[in-house]
Amino acid sequence: MSEETLLEDLLAGDHRALARVISKIEDRSPGARELVSSLYAHTGEADVVGITGSPGAGKSTLVDKLAETYRKRSETVGIIAIDPSSPYTGGAVLGDRIRMASTVGDMDVFVRSMSARGTLGGLSTATADAVKAMDAFGKDKIIIETVGAGQNEIDIVRTADTVAVLVPPGSGDDIQTLKAGILEIADVFVVNKADRDGADRTVQELREMIELGHGGGVVSSGHHGVDPSHHGGDAGGSAGDGTDLEEWLPPIVETVATTGEGVDILIEKLTAHRRYLHESGRSVEVARRRYAEEIRTLLREDVNGLLEAHLEASGGIDALADAVRTGETDPYTIADDVLEPIERCLEGKEDTSNR
Amino acid sequence: MSSEQQSIRCLVAKVGLDGHDRGAHVIARAFRDAGFEVIYSGLHNAPDEIVQAAVQEDVDVLGISILSGAHDTLVPTIMDGLAEYGAAEDTLVLVGGVVPEEDRAELKAAGVSEIFGPGTSIDETIEFVRQNVPER
Repeated sequence: MSEETLLEDLLAGDHRALARVISKIEDRSPGARELVSSLYAHTGEADVVGITGSPGAGKSTLVDKLAETYRKRSETVGIIAIDPSSPYTGGAVLGDRIRMASTVGDMDVFVRSMSARGTLGGLSTATADAVKAMDAFGKDKIIIETVGAGQNEIDIVRTADTVAVLVPPGSGDDIQTLKAGILEIADVFVVNKADRDGADRTVQELREMIELGHGGGVVSSGHHGVDPSHHGGDAGGSAGDGTDLEEWLPPIVETVATTGEGVDILIEKLTAHRRYLHESGRSVEVARRRYAEEIRTLLREDVNGLLEAHLEASGGIDALADAVRTGETDPYTIADDVLEPIERCLEGKEDTSNR
Repeated sequence: MSSEQQSIRCLVAKVGLDGHDRGAHVIARAFRDAGFEVIYSGLHNAPDEIVQAAVQEDVDVLGISILSGAHDTLVPTIMDGLAEYGAAEDTLVLVGGVVPEEDRAELKAAGVSEIFGPGTSIDETIEFVRQNVPER
């Protein structure tokens, strides 16, 4: 498969071309940047959903059932399943495919496993680019599945338009830890394994947390006692009564992923959220924020790459580290020295553009 | 601009009705510790499921573990499937398990690069992968 035809083949619906493009994105091989640049013109059609939650929450199984349901509705699906890699060897065992058995043999469900390689932030760029590739390929629904732990994971899942956070029942104390970061990114909460003991309590705790989280605003005063789990469903139906401009209150959906129970309701809520984004104009804001983040990440990596190459050319970082070790200098002085020509260069550029 | 970050991607696959996955687990772990990205298929996959996974994941290496004795039908079916997607040429296909000496030539003719029987050392397998991983 030649480089030139890769984009054409992808757009024509060649599965191997899509797989190869994603590999190039992951490898950051030469030509990947140009490839992704040219993908952008063909994107914007897919709905992107992020699924996150602690290990063992049932993410892969739920994603499998979501994909199955989408397929029954004749929609094509792309799945990006992200697993952690070892920070020591870089190796990883990516096991999400095992749980995605409902749709095997159906090439219209394209599952791709990904893992972190190298730099911080690199995976979120690779994920965003892989989403673009699947979007350009023509997938109707794209699901990003990732473990919700740490900033890196949160950045990844923010590539999605709608984020569902899975909470297993009986995770009382876990809900407390969810507060930091996860609460803010959840557009829909899913209490999976809802047939287990403690599910009701988990739903109750989540509900309290959501109401607390939105307690400062108008929402809680006007809506105290409103069951948030019904709210998302109302959002579309009650568009005429002036409530459509209010803040989105994340609904809580109970599912049993192993049997598929609640999956239809989940899809309904995901759709309701997307409708909310469009009708409230929030989608513009979300897109702007996401692209700003993509640009920032890209620039950070590029500048980092430039500096790494520069350091390598001028004797490597070990020599500098040794200089710090022996007390000759300190990291701040070194950073200032290395950055100095860049700063000068940027200042020069600003001066000329101001003239 | 940013440096290349290649990684050897492997699919470790159990195919057919054979439920002996200890070997596949050991290999998956060893590959991981060698710094490879390993996708593990789980048990009881049909050949076309393995092909689907290998194509979608765009793996460099496909390691098929078979202890059932059905290698002479399952492996060629997988190879044909890979060929259908144009993936047979640049995928390094390995077979692990119990394969009688007289069946080996046939598997290799079908496109299998190497067959690792019982007693093969992990290091040998990893070294073989490193040496033979297809240039892309």
